[in-house]
Order: sequence, then C-alpha cells, then structure tokens
Amino acid sequence: MSISTVPTGSGRSYLRLQARILMAPAILLLVVCAILPLLPTIYYSLIDYRLLASTSHDFVGAANYGRLITDPGFLPAIGNTLMLNGLVLTISILVGLGMAMLIDRVIVGRGLLRLLVISPFFVMPPVAALIWKNLLMQPVAGLFAWVSSVFGAGAVDWFSTLPLVSISLIVAWQWVPFACLVLLTSLQSFDREQREAAELDGASSWAIFRYLTLPHLARPIAIVVMIETIFLLSLFAEIYVTTGGGRTTNNLAFLIYSQVMLQYDIGVASAAGVVAVIFANILALVMVRLVGRSLEA
Amino acid sequence: MQRTRLSSVARRTLTWVLALAIAAPLLWALLASFKSELEAIASPPSFLVFDWTLENYRSVLESGDYLHSLRNSLIIAGGSSLLVMALAVPAAWAMAFAPTRHTRGILLWMLSTKMLPAVGVLIPIFLFYRDWGLLDTQAGVVLLLTAGNLPIAVWMLYANFNEVPGEILEAARMDGASIVQEVVRVLAPMALPGLASSFFLIFTLAWNESFWSLNMTTTDAAPLTAFVAAFSNPEGLFWAKLSAASMLSIAPVLVIGWLCQRQLVRGLTFGAVK
Amino acid sequence: MLGGRRFTCCAIAMLALAGCSGEGDERTILTVATVNNGDMIRLKEFTGDFERAHPDIRLKWVVLEENVLRQRVTTDVAIRGGQYDIITIGAYEVPVWAGRKWLTGLDDLGPGYRADDLIEPVRDVVSYGGAQYAAPFNGESSITMYRTDLFRKAGVVMPERPNWEFLIDAAAKVHRPAEGVYGLCLRGMAGWGANVPLITAMANSYGARLFDEKWQPQFDTPEWRKAFGVYVGALRNYGPPGASSNSFNENLALFAQGKCAIWVDATVAAPFLSDPKSSTVADQTGFALAPDQGLGRSSSWLWTWALAIPSSSKKVAAAKKFVKWAAGPAYQNIVASRVGWLAVPPGTRKSLYTNPEYRKAARFADITLQAISESNPRSPTIRPVPYVGIQYAAIPEFQGIGTEVGQQFAAAVAGRVSPENALAEAQAATRRQMTAAGYYE
Repeated sequence: MSISTVPTGSGRSYLRLQARILMAPAILLLVVCAILPLLPTIYYSLIDYRLLASTSHDFVGAANYGRLITDPGFLPAIGNTLMLNGLVLTISILVGLGMAMLIDRVIVGRGLLRLLVISPFFVMPPVAALIWKNLLMQPVAGLFAWVSSVFGAGAVDWFSTLPLVSISLIVAWQWVPFACLVLLTSLQSFDREQREAAELDGASSWAIFRYLTLPHLARPIAIVVMIETIFLLSLFAEIYVTTGGGRTTNNLAFLIYSQVMLQYDIGVASAAGVVAVIFANILALVMVRLVGRSLEA
Repeated sequence: MQRTRLSSVARRTLTWVLALAIAAPLLWALLASFKSELEAIASPPSFLVFDWTLENYRSVLESGDYLHSLRNSLIIAGGSSLLVMALAVPAAWAMAFAPTRHTRGILLWMLSTKMLPAVGVLIPIFLFYRDWGLLDTQAGVVLLLTAGNLPIAVWMLYANFNEVPGEILEAARMDGASIVQEVVRVLAPMALPGLASSFFLIFTLAWNESFWSLNMTTTDAAPLTAFVAAFSNPEGLFWAKLSAASMLSIAPVLVIGWLCQRQLVRGLTFGAVK
Repeated sequence: MLGGRRFTCCAIAMLALAGCSGEGDERTILTVATVNNGDMIRLKEFTGDFERAHPDIRLKWVVLEENVLRQRVTTDVAIRGGQYDIITIGAYEVPVWAGRKWLTGLDDLGPGYRADDLIEPVRDVVSYGGAQYAAPFNGESSITMYRTDLFRKAGVVMPERPNWEFLIDAAAKVHRPAEGVYGLCLRGMAGWGANVPLITAMANSYGARLFDEKWQPQFDTPEWRKAFGVYVGALRNYGPPGASSNSFNENLALFAQGKCAIWVDATVAAPFLSDPKSSTVADQTGFALAPDQGLGRSSSWLWTWALAIPSSSKKVAAAKKFVKWAAGPAYQNIVASRVGWLAVPPGTRKSLYTNPEYRKAARFADITLQAISESNPRSPTIRPVPYVGIQYAAIPEFQGIGTEVGQQFAAAVAGRVSPENALAEAQAATRRQMTAAGYYE
C-alpha cells in the first residue's frame, strides 16, 4: 500500500476547503442551468397550459399526470425505453470493447483505425438516422438489401418487422465510438508488464482477459454505462425520423416530444418530463447498485 | 505462448475489416456526395465507378451560408468546450484527489441533471431566453451546451485522474508546488490522453448537438447543424446534397480530431518514459 | 497543454472570426422562415433582386424541413417570441391561427398583387371570415401517376378519372416483385402530414368523414372500414416492402428509379418525375386524376404553402412589401425569364396555367389545374362536417390526433395489427384527445 494521500490536521481541512472552492463553479452552473428550469416544469405540470388553446392556465392538480398514465401508450413507452436502453448498451459496449482490444494490439495505422472507428460520432444524429433508414436499411434500394441479394437472401424489412431493434442498431452505431474511445484510453494505461508476465507464466488469453483486463476495465465500462443510459433516456430524433413513432417504438422522451411539438400541450408534456425524471432516478439507482462498486477508486 | 504470424495477420485483417464496417455508413455518404441525385439512390449501387461530380458541393455552398454557420459552430462548440474544461478539470481534481464522503453523491447528482429530456424544458427555457434577449445569440447556446456537457466531462476526467498515482502529486505538493503548478506541471502530462480525449468528446458532442442549437437560434447564431438541417428531407431527391452538406459539416471536426490525436500519441510516449 | 502554440493560434483565429461581423447598417431586417422545398430555396437565391428593388430592407433566412419549421414557428408565434417577420405556413394553420388573431390580414397588398388571379380553392383556403390571411406561394393537389410503358405491355388503359378498384386491378396486372417493380406505391409512414392525408382523402371518396356534426370521430363507420380495408389490402398485396416507412420522398425515389408502376400522391411530384435529371422513367410517366369512387368526392386533396405575417411582428409594412413581391406575379415572371417556366412555383395562379409556354414545358399542367380547381376544402365530404379541410381538420387538436391515428394506420400496413383493431384504436385515441380538449362538454 502506498503512502496515504490525505494529509493530517490543518492540512486536511485546507485541502478540503480548496476542493470545495474548485468544485463550486461547476456545481453552481449546473444548479442554475439544470435545476432551476425544473421548477417551472413542475409548475406547468400542475396547470392547464396548451399553446394553441385559449390560454386558461387553470390549476388542474394531478389531471395531467392522470391523463398521461392512463394513456394506453404509456406503459409500452416505458417498456420500450428500457428495451432500447438495454439493446444499445449491449451492442455498443460489446462492439466498442472488441474494437478497443483489437486496436490496442495494432501498431501500424492505429491513428487511421481510430479515426475510422470514431467516424460515426461525427455525423449529426438526425442525419445518421436518415442515412441508415434510406441508404442502408431500405428494403428495396438500400445497401443492405443489395448485400443480402448478393448472398441470395431476401432483404430484411427492418422497420416493419424489427422496428425497435433497427432503431437500437442505429443508436448503438452512434455510440460505439464513445465506448471504444473510453475503453481504448483505459486499455492504453493498462500495465503491459503485468500482462506480459502473465503470458510468460503460461496464462491463456481468456484467463488474462477475465482476471486482469476486465477488472481493469470495470470502471470505464461502468462510466460508459452510466453516461450512455443518461443520454439514451432523452433520445427521440431517431425514432421520429425512422418510424414516426407508434406503440412499438415510442419511448418516454418521444412522448414528451409529441406532447410539446405536436399537441402543444405543455401541461402534459411537463408531467411527462417529471415522470421521466422519476423514472430515470429509479433506473440510475438500479444501475448504481449493479455497477456502483466499480465506480470507486 | 507462441503467436503464429498467421493468427496475427488474421487479427490485423479482422481489425481493419471491422473498422471499415463501422465507418461504412459515413464512407457511403461520402461517396454519395460526389454522385448525382439519381446515382445516389440507384440500386444496384455503384461503388467507385460513376460520374464523379462536384455539383452537390457547389449547390450546397451556394444556397447555404456555410462560412457564417462554420464560424458560429467554431465559436459555440469551441467556447462551450473550453468553458466545460475550465470548470470540469478543477472539479474532477477535487473529487479525485481530495475526496469526501459526498463525492460519489455529487457525481451522481451531476449526472442526474441530465435526466429531464431537453424537450421537456424547452418552453420554460425559451420563455426565459425571450425575456432576457438570449434568443439567437451565441452566448445563449454556449450556456446550454456547457451545462449539458459538464457532467460528462467531470465523469470522464474523474475516471482519468483516478488512474494517476496520487503519490506523485503528493510529492509535488510536499515540494512546495501550488495547486496550479501541481495541475499544469505534474498532472497534465500524465493525464494528457484523458484530457485530450475528453476535450475531443465534448467538442464533438457540442458540434453535433442538434436540439438546443436548432431551437434557440434562427439566423445570427445558427451553427452548422442548422446548415445541414436545411438540406434534410425537402420534397424531392436530396441524398447527394445532404451528404455533401454533412461532409462540409464534418470536415472541420476531422481536422481538429487529427490534431488532438497527435497530442494523444505524444502524451503516451511521455507516459512510457517515467 | 494541447500543443501550446497550435492551441494559441486556434484561439486567436476564433476570436478574430468572432470579431468580424459586418453589421451596422440602417436597413430594416426581415427574418423569413421557409420550408426547404425547391421553390422556396430558389426564392432565397433571388434575395439580391428583392434587396435591389427595396434598398431599405435586408432579408435573413431560416430554411428548414417542413415538420421542424412548423414546430419552431408555432412555438414562436404562440409564445410571441417575435423571432420571425415572415413565416411560411400551410393551409392547415391559416384558419386555426387566424381565429386566434395570430396573423396579420393581407387584404391590402394592392392591385399589383392580383389577388383575383389566385385559383379559387387556393384563395379560399387561406382566407378566414372573408379576409385573406396568407399569400399562397405554391399549391398542390393529388393525382395518379403511372408508368405508361408497363400499362401498355399489360394491355391496360388508364381512364381520365379512375376509381380505386380499377387501380388495384391494374396494379395486380403490372406487379412484378421478382423484377423489382411493385404495382402500387402509396404513403404508409406514420404522420399527420404523411400517411394520414392520403388515407383521409381516400376515405372521403368512399363517403367517410373524420367527424360528424357533433365532433364524434367516425373511424368506426362502415365507410371508413371499407376505405381503410382497401388501402391496407392494396399496400400489403401490391406495395413495396417497407411501405409502412415510406412517405412522399421515399415513394418519389422508388418511382424515379422505376420501381413503382402506380403512385397516387401530390402534384409537386410531377415536375421531378418528368425531368430526366431526376427520373429514369421521365418519358414513361403518365398522369390521371386521383381516384374517384363516383360518390361525389374524389381522393384528391388541397394544400398550399403560403407566406404570412405574425400579428406580433413590428415590421408589418416592410414585411408586406416582401410578401407582395414574393407571392405576386412579378416574382413568377422573374423566375420564368431567368430559370425557366418549370421553375415557377406551381399551383397558385390561373395565369400560369393559361400561359402557353408553361403548358408546353409542363405536360402535367392541365391535370394539375383541374385537380386543384375541383377541390372543395369547405365542403370536403359527402355528408356535412363541422370542420374545413380535405385531408385534415383545421382544428388545433388535429396534429396530435393525426399523429396517433397515423401510427395506428402504419401499424396495420406493417402487419402488426389488423385493420379493424387499428381503426378501433384510432377511434379511441381520437375520442380521448377530443374529450381532453373539451369538445364534448
């Protein structure tokens, strides 16, 4: 064990004061920009606020929440949110991990490889969804249809038969660069000597992976999981562009979007927003319990 | 364990094939940007043998305000990323090297600020911006993007700083270095890959952010996301032009990414010479 | 830190760019929000002409896809954000917004604007309470487009006014999926501006309507069941795979590549399909009217993109100058002389359709005029209705209703629900929204 990094006595409290001062600006900005807007949102969720109706702004209590929760599309939306989350996390982390480990072993052309793998990140999400929907996944004229015809198979009608999976593929593709970048950075700080020593001792690649690499990557993977989850909860552009919504593809964020931008019912939209926050909190608590240990030093 | 040349060649091939597969959609759009509209949607598709044309780029540059949007994107993405780093580096340092029992709670709280989908707070923020004259200003968008990306930067930097051995910083501190010296002279070189990748991530996220940058701007502060959106899904055939507009939007980030990458490499060789 | 010198250079460059702005003139600045279709992008390209004719005005443009534009503009106008001086709205918005006094009246654009030259239904659809509130820029109806070569080979002759049974019959004869040709392409993608207009207009021709006089939704009536059953059957049997994700653009791409034999959709597709640069079947495209069941209403619809001025604008006088110029006959003449007759925004003025040069350049001119002239937005259905609008109902709730209904319709085409269940869900969803909006008090 190394020397403790925390000094004693007055040094310690000076350090803690410095720490507080250093954290303060960031926390302040977040409180102003992210917490303050929550207050009017909660207020709007309790009134009748429809942009296109004759403005009444009456207090309606829980009526907006009632309408939201009793809508038959509400529970499917929650289910879809979880499914989408799970699928995207699985695909992006598996592919990202695989690519990171492969690239880690390559010396020549690593820069170009990294650029290729990071390229999905450069495309604007709505444009990416359009490209996938019309140029790749289109069952009549898309690239995938042509590839499967070359192999003699029929084209997959992605959005009719597998709508949620198709959307998950598109979103996972956009997040592979992030997962790969984080994991690659972490791999590159992985002690090579340890690994080479284990190899010399005769350990199999799988054992090295399982007992050395994976624990080292536990924290970055946990971070990728947390950050992606949070981003995925706000996803709606890809759903709108590809399928236009529907029971099988709506998620909570899309419900909010459709209330704000299509029905212009800010009351119900705000209620949906509050529900989304509660749902996200529950999800985060579950995730922290699952991966939380890996987050600590 | 003997590694045969064959398995290492196989592994290298697999790596390149997979990387190309991941980049394939973008490469396909790149190809499409040089085709005519009809050619871009043709099936069976043409790969390298077709009438290469610059017509799409010409048309897009003529009908859009590329330079104006580029300038806005640079200021908005660059400004917000620098601001994010300026706020996140100290905060992450504090959490990594002077942790308290609240540290984990604060980290999770920071992430929780992103739990409300942006579209849910659109109206309150729109009203606020209207009343304070922040609509269609670069500063207005910078503020929102900074708040949006700050939690990510803090998390990633925290993870990176945690991998830096604390003793070295301790030693520098005991030698009498101030915090600033400690950060700049000792921490930065060791955490350089992490710092560079975090900055690049935040910058690209800000560059492609298509919610606030579209909803809070109209003309003066409209960045490249608005430029590309103008070519998205009009009535008619538009794939070639949309691809061209996207490439023009991606090119600056690629350049900056290439620059950042050199720093990553330099940082690594630095780290090896302990 | 990040390559010190390079970083400093970048920072200085950014600041320098930030410094140069070139503002500081005395002219009135008008912010124009438009849809990104070809006609309006061309209007933007003629900015110089307008600014030269009106040196005291400068134009700034916001160009977006129609759904995004609609959301931005509606939000801004409803909250009185005041960001736009001239907006582009559709036939749907005019009655709703004019009723809320969100629009400036445009009856005083002067004789140069030639309001009498507007095609009657188009002028009607942008008026409210007898006054005009938006200036139509381009207009459209819907027609049947088909492949004359495939019809000839199958020995089928397209009548001037087909009905749906004939079209489906013809589709069966020319449907060759193995060769990549699909008999009938129709919009299937969920959206109140995507599949809903087509299906609603089609239902009108079968005698159905969206609401009865008491605002009760009518999706559970036999007319709707008949029409929707025909639609789903046609698409599932003779439509291309992925039809439930196809809207106007996707079908246009398919037809232009020769993959569709018949397509019923907006008249604005005709110029694209007749142009060899954007269609591989330009010489084999024929046009007929939208299907008509002979019950009194056809399946054609009516839409216009029109320029309007929000009532909260502070630059109404200057804005009116722009609207008068852009939507008036003078602009059409400029475009015709500089670019060509096919580039003139179609579907608004009678004078365009009586012009021999235009009719020579556009084979589809006559049928477009006929389709537009025959439409009747104030009496869109055989039985009376309390709303105006052919393929929509001009009530604020329609966007939300149309979204949910459209999603159910698309699910039926994708085979995820039966047509009966889709209609039942659509009925329930519409009742829910109308109840919440207070229509049944």
